[in-house]
Amino acid sequence: MELTGAEITIRCLQAEGVDHIFGYPGGAVLFIYDELCKQNKVKHILVRHEQAAVHAADGYARSSRKTGVALVTSGPGVTNAVTGIATAYMDSIPMVIISGQVPTYAIGLDAFQEVDTVGITRPCVKHNFLVKDITELATTIKKAFYIASTGRPGPVLVDIPKDISQQKTEFSYPDSVFMRSYDPIIKVSLEQVKKAAQLILGAKRPMIYAGGGVILSNASTQLINLVQIMGFPCTNTLMGLGGYPATDKFFVGMLGMHGTYEANMAMQDCDVLIAIGARFDDRVIGNPKHFSNNERKIVHIDIDPSSISKRVKVDVPIIGDISDVLDDLIRLLRIDKEKLDLIALRAWWTQINLWRERDCLKYDRASTIIKPQMVIERLYEITKGDAFITSDVGQHQMWAAQFYKFDKPRRWINSGGLGTMGFGLPAAMGVQFVNPGSTVACVTGEASIQMCIQELSTCKQYNLPLKIINLNNRYMGMVRQWQEFFHGNRYAESYMDALPDFVKLAESYGHVGMKIESPGDIESALREAFKLKNRLVFMDFITDQTENVFPMIPGGKGLSEMILV
Amino acid sequence: MRHIISLLIENEAGGLSRVAGLFSARGYNIESLTVAPTEDSTLSRMTIVTIGSDDVVEQIIKQLNKLIDVIKVLNLSDGDHIEYELMLVKIHVTDKNREVIKHTTDTFSGHIVDTTDISYTIKLTGTTSKLDTFINTIGHSSILETVRTGASGIGRGERTLKV
Ligand SMILES: Cc1ncc(C[n+]2csc(CCOP(=O)(O)OP(=O)(O)O)c2C)c(N)n1
Repeated sequence: MELTGAEITIRCLQAEGVDHIFGYPGGAVLFIYDELCKQNKVKHILVRHEQAAVHAADGYARSSRKTGVALVTSGPGVTNAVTGIATAYMDSIPMVIISGQVPTYAIGLDAFQEVDTVGITRPCVKHNFLVKDITELATTIKKAFYIASTGRPGPVLVDIPKDISQQKTEFSYPDSVFMRSYDPIIKVSLEQVKKAAQLILGAKRPMIYAGGGVILSNASTQLINLVQIMGFPCTNTLMGLGGYPATDKFFVGMLGMHGTYEANMAMQDCDVLIAIGARFDDRVIGNPKHFSNNERKIVHIDIDPSSISKRVKVDVPIIGDISDVLDDLIRLLRIDKEKLDLIALRAWWTQINLWRERDCLKYDRASTIIKPQMVIERLYEITKGDAFITSDVGQHQMWAAQFYKFDKPRRWINSGGLGTMGFGLPAAMGVQFVNPGSTVACVTGEASIQMCIQELSTCKQYNLPLKIINLNNRYMGMVRQWQEFFHGNRYAESYMDALPDFVKLAESYGHVGMKIESPGDIESALREAFKLKNRLVFMDFITDQTENVFPMIPGGKGLSEMILV
Repeated sequence: MRHIISLLIENEAGGLSRVAGLFSARGYNIESLTVAPTEDSTLSRMTIVTIGSDDVVEQIIKQLNKLIDVIKVLNLSDGDHIEYELMLVKIHVTDKNREVIKHTTDTFSGHIVDTTDISYTIKLTGTTSKLDTFINTIGHSSILETVRTGASGIGRGERTLKV
């Protein structure tokens, strides 16, 4: 039977097992919307801005093992979505974005709501397609899901001109696709794994540095095995939090610009570094020259060859899916484990424990003004460390990363690569849709939350019981902190003036609002909020305006050059 | 260092802009780029000449391989290879320089492919540096126009780049 392009699009989504799609209608996608409403397998979630559609699809993907899907119209629909797409791209999130385009015969004529979508999105997608022939629509969508979810994942965009969604053709959905130019299956080189094992067994001051790749590859179990078998210290990047349980004794905290003293010092001083699904990002190792002042051997495990020796030269690269590589590596290490120099390892731990005693995350617990760190600590206790936490970008994000001890992967959802303010709330919506019974909280700041605040309306429409933890310091805190440290205390445009009354704002959208001004009220307010299982609660915490995030590695400095409290 | 990179890419709309976009987005340098379909019309072959340190070129090759449409990439400079570039040069001729130009063209194995009373159009093939030398020998002042294709390269002997 012949189906229209719009019908085919929906059939493809159904065949891919897509249960939720986040979108916003417009002229170029009207045929697709018309088909959406005739079925109920794929549930459409209407957001209030296309950026939020993509962030929601992103949160959906990050907190599950599925591919997120967003649907937007041509022109402004696409340009609004670009921030979301770039956010997903930087963090390698599997996602398919379907965009409407002006009809094929109008392309290039500056038609109403025409933009060169493939051109605009090219640098921030894993791949994109413009469908010019209806007979290629189904295979193109199949390819999009295949590319998005395999290898190093990423967003893939399919641009569908309006006339294509209207034309008809025979429909069949391929079970699989073969692309001669794209083969994500990598056979791990056992030679390399052997070399790595040898290096590792000879280590005196070993260190495991694990990033977001561990989460994406679902390799948390293997990472835990590796650490437990070897007894090595382990750090996670901002993207890797939850990959190794934060409450475990071998965990030395997050590393990087706002990482712990012990993690950064161990990273700098180790003699064998095992980097797993991490990319030696500038926010992680600081100045690469300073980093290479210390001699160390590096084993780097990653699925993407272009991540190897990009910023830091490595000695033993192993290309492959982290789960596969770690399985092999652990097998080899187990055999020869007694070769390990346990005396050296014990001395190394003594050193690390001395660094730990520096207590780098301490803050004034007796303060009469709310300290943001305390809010996160109480949040951790009250949710028993088991909530999904999304965040925006700024100081609050760093405090959430430092003080919420993530023990499981896919619980910490933040925009690490692009650092997109406005991510937190829409991402939390996506998380809640794919984890309906779970507790989902968004830790945000009064500047960030206003970037996608309109989504409170979406939350109302779908009864999403999110808990918004607004750490309200009346400043773009992270900007203010940099201005304090590096720009002579000149707070240029970083004060948040004319703030709304967030309680009333939440109420006007039909939610519950709370304002918390005293440290003594933090716990009871949180308890009350989390008891309201079916309501969104917006908690406006009035926090210390002058609090800074420590430790901090200033830009251009090295890992051991932290500013400490 | 100068590197000459060959690649095979699906002959589809947008392929060229994916490659060119990669170079500009990552700040890599393109000296020249040639592209045309191969004997198999579903494939395009590109030759890219770039200048960069070995580390940068290693990254360029990895990044090119990462493009979904790219099928194979080869750094021709890693081994023996042949490269040719085509140049068309229009030269202002006078009674004084006519013979010299003819002679120089012969020396460089070029051909005069079009003439008027006051101009010669010369076709030359060879390595980029040979063509540069020709221009320097003729002298910039008498050159009216030049068109160059950029280098095309192929491996020597059994060294092939095929799907
Ligand atoms: C879309 C976007 N614009 C600008 C920035 C730069 N930026 C980083 S943090 C920050 C301030 C965030 O303030 P707030 O949300 O109040 O959080 P706080 O740092 O106070 O916790 C800004 C402006 C950004 N990351 N994203």
